[in-house]
Amino acid sequence: MNDIKVKVNDLTLHYGTNPALKNISMEIPEKMVTAFIGPSGCGKSTFLRTLNRMNDLIDNVKIEGEVIIDGLNIYEKDIDVVNLRKRVGMIFQKSNPFAKSVYDNVAFGPRINGISHRNKLDEIVEYSLKQAAIWDEVKGRLHNSALSLSGGQQQRLCIARTLAVNPDIILMDEPASALDPISTAKIEELIQELKQQYTIIIVTHNMQQAARTSDFTAFFYLGELVEFKKTEVMFSNPSKRQTEDYISGRFG
Amino acid sequence: MNRNVKDTIVESVAGISVLLIIFIILSILAITIVGGWPNLNWTFLSEFPKDGMTKGGIFPAIVGTAVMTLIMAVAAVPFGVITAIYLAEYASEKSVFAKTIRFAVKTLAVVPSIIFGLFGLGFFIGFIGKNMDGIFNGGELRWGQPNILWASLTMALLTLPVVIVSVEEAIRTIPKDMREASLALGATKWQTIRKVVIPGSVSGILTGTILAVSRGAGEVAPILFTGAAYFLSDLPHSLSDQFMSLGYHIYIMSTQSSNVDATLPIQFATTLVLLLLTFSLNGIAVILRYRIRKREK
Repeated sequence: MNDIKVKVNDLTLHYGTNPALKNISMEIPEKMVTAFIGPSGCGKSTFLRTLNRMNDLIDNVKIEGEVIIDGLNIYEKDIDVVNLRKRVGMIFQKSNPFAKSVYDNVAFGPRINGISHRNKLDEIVEYSLKQAAIWDEVKGRLHNSALSLSGGQQQRLCIARTLAVNPDIILMDEPASALDPISTAKIEELIQELKQQYTIIIVTHNMQQAARTSDFTAFFYLGELVEFKKTEVMFSNPSKRQTEDYISGRFG
Repeated sequence: MNRNVKDTIVESVAGISVLLIIFIILSILAITIVGGWPNLNWTFLSEFPKDGMTKGGIFPAIVGTAVMTLIMAVAAVPFGVITAIYLAEYASEKSVFAKTIRFAVKTLAVVPSIIFGLFGLGFFIGFIGKNMDGIFNGGELRWGQPNILWASLTMALLTLPVVIVSVEEAIRTIPKDMREASLALGATKWQTIRKVVIPGSVSGILTGTILAVSRGAGEVAPILFTGAAYFLSDLPHSLSDQFMSLGYHIYIMSTQSSNVDATLPIQFATTLVLLLLTFSLNGIAVILRYRIRKREK
């Protein structure tokens, strides 16, 4: 078992007075892929967004409990959220490249961190695009608009953009749900490559995807963490009835 | 009454109203073009008025209008953009302060333009200008009288709501995804606004500017007491000079001239120039706005 990267203690989240997450505690291992599964509205995406404090942007959200990343509770008062988000990158459900060139998309993060030296930027852009397995497809058109890429390419570009900031953890919120099977396969392959270096947490609706890509799986239902264990155990021998019903497709 | 008959009546009334509007617009255009076109030539556009404005051109009025709207835009656009950014990005919908600003912007938009003129006279000339003279000029009169700067600033106040509304609308069409992408990369809120929101709102900022310029170019009342001149033999050289403007020129030729009939052809041609100017500016704004709307979908 690898070291623990993220430790969540008794996390509860309310939207106004509605509890969306109830007393979640779990330990997410380093340099592994952890999948969050569960029916729509079960809180898995909300939970994912507590890990880089993206929920801070929504009014009326109240969070209790602790999320400890590398020994530090990210909900402490003096935590620098901007710095946290550099360490915990995020890929969204719908690919969201900026209306800028491929190059400027990837260079966005390094630039806001004050890197302006051309050679250094070139190096980061090339390295990140290679890591995201899209370099060969875009190297000839780095200065074309990112919006001219296909959906699958856009999502890999977004991954490259996140890698360029050099995070430890990458959160993926249903990264392939809007993509065709071939693009999905490429993303899944990429996830396997990336876990050598990064801790990856992926939210997915797709049971096969969770089974194929992840080392650990967490099943959420109605804001609670029902079950969390090694993926192969979870899918072959779930211990809770709800988990079994869900993964066998009896509800969802 | 039979339903079909009612429908027919409503349809006819609506149809007649539309035809009436089209008729009015076409009439204005037709009268202006027929009266103005024959007199519109290069000399008319490039010469000063002559012989008590019964001859010559409208060059100083064109320059005056252009310079006035330019200064106006320089003042109104940054101010309007900053206000729009505040309203769209920082203010919470429920905050009393934001509600107050919105109320003020809406009110500003419906204040009659002559009131802006009076305000400019009282505030810029009577208060700011007088005090500037007292402090910098030892009481000698320079800024405490109508000039192009005060007229432009007065016009800027009038057009401010136009800028704020257009820019805020454009900012709000930038998808939440884009902001989240930027924030998730560790950008601060201000970096997100500067690098994602403002570049994405450029066409909205342009639309607002053009609408403001076209409004400002046509208005007369705000500059009536604050800087427009009846006739000048020279172009303005400094911000403390008065200026001639197209709208005001039409007004004085039709009301103040000793020989109104003799100025008629010039009036028509001046009106045509002003109409072409504002129509084309509005046309550009419409095209830009259409592009923003398309992006929204």
